[in-house]
Formats: sequence, structure tokens, C-alpha cells
Amino acid sequence: MSKRIEIKDLDIYYGKFHAVSGVNMTIQPRAVTAFIGSSGCGKSTVLRSINRMHEVIDGAYSTGQVLLDGVDLYGPGVDPVRVRRQVGMVFQAPNPFPTMSIRENVLAGVRLNNAKVSKAQAEEIVEKSLRAANLWKEVKDRLERPGSGLSGGQQQRLCIARAIAISPDVVLMDEPCSALDPISTLAIEDLIHQLKEEYTVVIVTHNMQQAARVSDQTAFFNLKEQGKPGELIEVASTEKIFHNPDQKATEDYITGRFG
Amino acid sequence: MTTHTVPDPPGDADRTLRRTGRQVGDVVFRSFSTGSGITILVLLAAVATFLVGMSIPAFTADAADLPFGDFWAYVAPYAFGTVWAATLAMLFAVPLSVGIALFLTHYAPKRVRQIFGYIIDLLAAVPSVVFGLWGINVLAPLMRPLFVWLNENLGWIPFFAGKVSGTGRTILTAAVVLAVMVLPIITAMCREVFTQTPRLHEEASLALGATRWEMIRQAVLPFGMPGVVSGCMLGLGRALGETMAVAMVLSPAAVIHVKLLTSSNPNTIAANIALTFPEAFQLGVNQLIATGLVLFVITLAVNMTARWVVARRKEFSGAN
Amino acid sequence: MPKSLPQLRVEVNPLTAGRLPRFTEPALLVVSLVVTAAFLSLLAAANPAIIVIASALVFLATSFALSVSIEGVRHAKDRLAAHVVTGFFLVALAPLVSLAWGTLAKGVARMDPQFFTYSMRNVIGDGGGAVHAIWGTLIITGMATLISVPIGLMTAIYLVEYGSRHRLSSAIRFFVDVMTGIPSIVAGLFAYTLFSLFFGPGTKVGVAGAVALSVLMIPTVVRSTEEMLRLVPNELREASYALGVPKWRTIVKVVLPTSLAGIITGVVLSIARIIGETAPLLVTAGMNQSMNTNPFDAPMATLPVFVYYQYVTPGIPQDPYHARAWAGALTLILIVMLLNLIGRLISWKFAPKPGR
Repeated sequence: MSKRIEIKDLDIYYGKFHAVSGVNMTIQPRAVTAFIGSSGCGKSTVLRSINRMHEVIDGAYSTGQVLLDGVDLYGPGVDPVRVRRQVGMVFQAPNPFPTMSIRENVLAGVRLNNAKVSKAQAEEIVEKSLRAANLWKEVKDRLERPGSGLSGGQQQRLCIARAIAISPDVVLMDEPCSALDPISTLAIEDLIHQLKEEYTVVIVTHNMQQAARVSDQTAFFNLKEQGKPGELIEVASTEKIFHNPDQKATEDYITGRFG
Repeated sequence: MTTHTVPDPPGDADRTLRRTGRQVGDVVFRSFSTGSGITILVLLAAVATFLVGMSIPAFTADAADLPFGDFWAYVAPYAFGTVWAATLAMLFAVPLSVGIALFLTHYAPKRVRQIFGYIIDLLAAVPSVVFGLWGINVLAPLMRPLFVWLNENLGWIPFFAGKVSGTGRTILTAAVVLAVMVLPIITAMCREVFTQTPRLHEEASLALGATRWEMIRQAVLPFGMPGVVSGCMLGLGRALGETMAVAMVLSPAAVIHVKLLTSSNPNTIAANIALTFPEAFQLGVNQLIATGLVLFVITLAVNMTARWVVARRKEFSGAN
Repeated sequence: MPKSLPQLRVEVNPLTAGRLPRFTEPALLVVSLVVTAAFLSLLAAANPAIIVIASALVFLATSFALSVSIEGVRHAKDRLAAHVVTGFFLVALAPLVSLAWGTLAKGVARMDPQFFTYSMRNVIGDGGGAVHAIWGTLIITGMATLISVPIGLMTAIYLVEYGSRHRLSSAIRFFVDVMTGIPSIVAGLFAYTLFSLFFGPGTKVGVAGAVALSVLMIPTVVRSTEEMLRLVPNELREASYALGVPKWRTIVKVVLPTSLAGIITGVVLSIARIIGETAPLLVTAGMNQSMNTNPFDAPMATLPVFVYYQYVTPGIPQDPYHARAWAGALTLILIVMLLNLIGRLISWKFAPKPGR
């Protein structure tokens, strides 16, 4: 549970297009790290490279290393499928499987990895995950109902429950609240505070206030120029980034001069 | 300033605002197009009426007067053969089609997907009489050794019992030809629904650490199931109505049994009509048309069910 | 030096444990093929089809076993699925290749000038040709197109432009769907009964065949035209109305030209589909050994029916009849492929593409 991530000299390419260049950073365990920056500067790309989801796009590849507690996720012969068991992901739009019940949604990842889970174990996992996602009280009486019958905020928490049901070490969140209303957003933010006690959380967000509220460490990405790859401009504690950043570009972004 | 309480007399209104000559064009055109629509309804009604009308003598006349004997006894083996041959064809076609559709949408390299898709669609362009020639000349001789082997080694199973046909022209061969003919139809429908699987669900599956096959089972197939079903029903409708391939490949006899390897095979209604019609006369014609009516009813039921399944699915995904 | 050294990447990275090297599968495929072929030759059962099937099964089994032991069950199943769907695709290719090759090989023999200039009039045995059948196909298909396209086009216009909300259009749409499911032989029976009632029983004429083919063609023309008309953006129509152009002119001058390429493609593809229909023509237009260009009098030969009769009721000796049948089949396939190609070319070059 909860491992440290070290990114070393990471460059990401989509075919010939150089999307992200030279990222170096350390993501602390049991903490929340936020990636901020304007659109198109690579924050989602870097996030997806942590669980090798960027490879789902044809022709995408990367150079450099991503070490999970010292183990290189891009080492020779590494199986992306196994990487994704250890690094979970929650997406921008809630995406529970529409043909499955709430219970089955939570267990979806578990069923993939352990073919045989006893009924008792399964129930335990469902309850534990839903509690950890702050959803248990609301759905415990209707676990058989389809996952798509919930509100947006509830669906997103269901997706979080699904992701943590397989006990990953890291939870990646790609703008998890952008499709939600303010009340649901607050609920998710509270949840993130709880999650960081057990997991390493990395969250991409467009919303600077959210980053300031939620994260311990912040990384600011930007394009140096149009047409150039995205870069990591500065990474430091959230406190420092928002009150006393080193780079001018960071300060300009924080104070709203662009982006 | 006087206020008008009475509308202006006609002569005073601006002439260009009145719809005169233009109106004729619209009326004429509209009636033509509505008329065409109604023509279709009339046409279909005519088809139904004529079929039913010409079939009635077959139901009402005395069995002694009928060239083919009592109607229901006559049509029974053909009705059985129609359903049996189509079922066998579907047994082969459905798994193949789903697999091919998955191959084309999720496994084949992106650059060749369209080309491979066109190639499979080519199967749909081949005329049925050519499939018939192929069935007699190429497939039947090719399958005969297999039939012999099945008969010798598994002959205790009722399907493989009996005396093996000398030419290989059995209902099993005809079913394989039907399967090949129906394959592009089912594959096309499956491809459409498989590509429509929302990216978000596929990624959700992958992010949980699923392999490609597991993602397909978790996200693609459940989502696409209604489309697969309706594709199958469309294919079934086609298989039930196919005439020439069966007429040419199958060596017929008026029997009802499930032996697949012999030279006496239950024929289908459509093939029987094709074979018998040219020489039929008077009440025989009525009887054959009556069998056509039976076939029409069967295919109608299957096709309407397929449309209903598609319509239901549209509502379902609308709710999301 | 601390006792616990950092783990060696190559050996103990838990994420890498067990992956089959890339060359394994092709190598395994070749080995299975060779071994199976050798084994079966020893048993004197070396039929090429059996060798292919058997070695495929051997490959699937060994690949699965190997994968299970090194990569685990989940990856083994994944590999198996990939092999199976690829195999299915190849299986579907087999009849296509076999058909193409067979028809080409057997049909080429009679693709001579005589075949395209002579009919079967007074021909017994060798010689003769299919010119009467080719003409018959062109005439009957042409008539069917002349009947189906106006009706189909105008119906589609009604459905899209005039009747979108009326119950009549839902009824029409429903019944058009029903019509697509009419078995071709039933369409033939209908046309036969129609003409029997009006012109006496047993009437076999070309125009009856055209009517039968129309019953099959109209629904496809309606549906493909409807789809093309729907693709025309509403903004175009509204721009025209805003200029004071009446509805019918808008349709004729704006909507139709915009969708014309797609409509033509749809029509061409419908023609390609019905030109190979045999069953309805068997019972309506019948067969004629001589040339007959009058669709209203006497039976008319068509290419598919020609092929059928030449093969299934040959004279003695059989070979020349079979040769003619294959040549007819090849001609028919070439015509259909050509039509398909033209249809797709028109669509590719001219039609507006929906977003994908």
C-alpha cells in the first residue's frame, strides 16, 4: 500500500509528436500530489504514463523511467496489465459499467484478478471499498441496482470504490470533479483527504483552488512555447507553489495572468 | 387616423405576398411524394393479398384433387427443412461473425481494418447462384471425406448416422454455404455496435488491469449484445429465405430427420418452390404459393422481432 | 554496504515475471505445421485441409499450455482469444478465395467472343453463348431500376421532408422494413400471380421479372436515400426557406444536389444486389434459348437463370454446358464487382462524410 513514485527523465511521444519532455519529480507516499497547468501542456499525459494508459493510443511510447518504490514500470519485459493492478485510475467522466449492478461494479477489478473469491470475501470487499469511498450508507440497500442509476457524484464515488477494491498502491485521478456539481465536488475532495491516509494520490486538476485545498505537493506544467513539448516547470509543496513560487511562469499562472 | 376594423379588400394587398403560382408546385410535388409512400403500402398489401388469395384453394380444396396431397402434410417436411437448415447455418455463422467482428474492431492493426472489412463485405456481393455452383463443385467434394470420417467414427450419434452421400451434397454442406452467405450480414451489424462501445468503458476496464480479452468481455460484449442479437435475427431471416444455394447444393427428399450426412435431406420451402414451380400447374401452383405464404409468415416474424430488439435498445441507451 | 541490496531489475521485478519472448509464437506455429504435416503423412491422411485444421489445433493447444506455464492463465486466455478471432477471419477468407479462384479458373475457358455474341438458339452441345442472357439481365434490371428509383426516391423524400411526424410515415417506415425481409422467391411468386391474373395463367414475360425485382429493390433504395437525405444539414434548408424559396424547389435545388452522390451510390449498390437474383426470375421471366428484347412478350433469359439452367439441366455431353455456366458465373461476378466498385468510388469521391 502507498508507494513512492520517482519519475526520471520521462519523455512521452505520440508517434512523431513530442508531447512531454524531461520530467523529473518524486511523488511522496501517503500524500496528495496535484498536477496543474493550462490545457494541452501534458499533465494528463504524464498522469497516464504512471499507469501506462497512454499506450492505449496507437503509436504512443515513452523514454525514461517511472519507479514505483524502486521498481521501474518501464523496465524491459514489464507487463502493462500488471502495472495497472498496482496503479489505479479514476477518470474525468464517471464510467461505471452500465450493464453491471453496483456490487458487480465494485468487484469488477477483483473478479479479473482473483478468479475465485468466496461470497463472504466478496461482500467484505464491497462493503470495505464502498465505505472507503464514502458511498456505503447511500447504496447499501440497493447493491443489485445498476451502477448507472446513481447521480453523477455517486457514480464517481462508485468508480473510486471500484479502483480501490483491488488494493492498489497508487490512485490516479484525471480531473475527477470536472463533470460534477459543487456539492459532489466537495464530497470527492473530502474523500481524497481520507484516501491519502492509505494510498499515494495523484490528481490532475484545472481548478487551482481545488489543488490548493486538497494537495500536499503541487507540480506545475506548461508549454515553453507553442508547438513545443510540455514541461514540468516547478514542483514543490503546495504551500510554496501558491505563496512563494520560484519560477515566474508559475507565479503568472497562479495569479491568473494566463491559463 | 382611421382604424380599420375590416381587412383590406383583396385588390389592395401587395401581390408578391400572396401565394399563388408557387402553391401549385408545392402541392404537386408533395402529392407525388406522399403518393409514392402510399404506393409502397399498396404494393405490400397487394403482395399479401395475392399470396393469400392464391393460397386459399390449396387450403380449401379436397386432398384428392391436390397434386401434392394434403397441404399440411406436404409443407411439413419443407417447413422443418427450412428451419433446420437455417439453424445449422446460424450455428456456424454466429460465433464466426462475432469473432470476425471483434477481430476487425479490436485486434486487426488499425491501418488494415477498413480493407479487411471490405474484403468480408465482398462475400455479400457474390450472387447466390455462384454460391450454388461453388457448393456443388468445390465444397461438397471437399467435405465428403469429413462426412465419411464422421460416419465411421461417430456414427452412433443420430446426426452422423445413415449412409453417407456419394456426392457430399447434404444439408450440412448447404448449411455451410448458407453460413458463408449470412456471415457478412451479421458481421456488419456486430462491427457497428462493437465500434460504438464508449471509449470510457473500455478504458475503465483497462485501468483495472484487464487484458484485451477481459476488456472485451467486460465492456464490449455486454454493451453490444442487443446489436449482436438483432444482427443474428437479420441473418436468420436471410438464411430462411435463401433459395438458389440450397436448391443447387442439397439433394432432396421429402423426409423429416436430423441425419446430416446422407443423400436424402429435407429441403427448404424456397428451394422446393424453385425446383417444382416450372413444371407445376393449376392447383399445384396454388399449393406452392401457399408454401411461399408459410415461408413469408416465418420470415416476417423473425424480421419484426429483430426490428423490435433494435428499437428497444435505442430506448435503453437513451435512458443513460 | 547494507545487507539488503536493491533488487536486480532483470530477475526479480515482480512486474515482469513471465512474458513469452516475441519470436515464440511464429516459431511455434511453424513447428506445429511441420510436425502435424509429418505425422499425418505417416498416417497417409495428408489432405491439405486436414493438415491446416489439425496444425491449427495443435498450435492453439501448445501455445496455450506454454503461455499458462510462463505467463499465467489470464494472459494465456488473452492469447487464445487473439488466435481464435484471427483464425476466424482467415476461415472467412477461405471461401472467398476459393470462390474467386474457382470461378476464375473454370469460367475463363469460355470467355471468348462467341460467348458474348451468340445465344443458345439451336445450339446443342458445344458453342453458343449468353448474349441473350446478358441482354435480358440488362433490360430487366434496367426496367426494375426505372420502376424502383422514382418510387423509392419520392418515398424517401416524403419520409424526410414532409412526413417526419405523421403516423403515415411511421407506417411507411415500418412496412419498408417489412419489405426488406421478403424472401426473393416470394417476390417472384407475387409478380407471377399478378401477371397470371391479368394475362392468363403461366404468363412468363420479362416485365414480370422487373416487377419482382422492384419489390426487392424499392426498400433498399428508400432506406439508403433516406439516410443520405438526413445527412443534409437542416441549416441548408433553412437558408433556402429564409430566401423565400418554396419547399419543393428547396428539395429539388438544394437538398437533392447535396445528397446526390450518396443517393447514386445507394442506387448503384441496390442494382448490384438484385442483378444476381435468380429465384424470382425463374418463376417470372423464365428462360428463353433465343434472344428476346421485348419485355412484354415471351420469356426472357437472364444471366443468373442462364447459369442455373446450364449447370443443373445440361444436355449430353455435360462439359460444354458446365463451361458455359461457369463463364456466365464469372461474367455475373465481374458485373457485380464493377457495380460495387463504381458505387464506392462515387461515394468516396463525392459524398459528404459523417464524422467518425
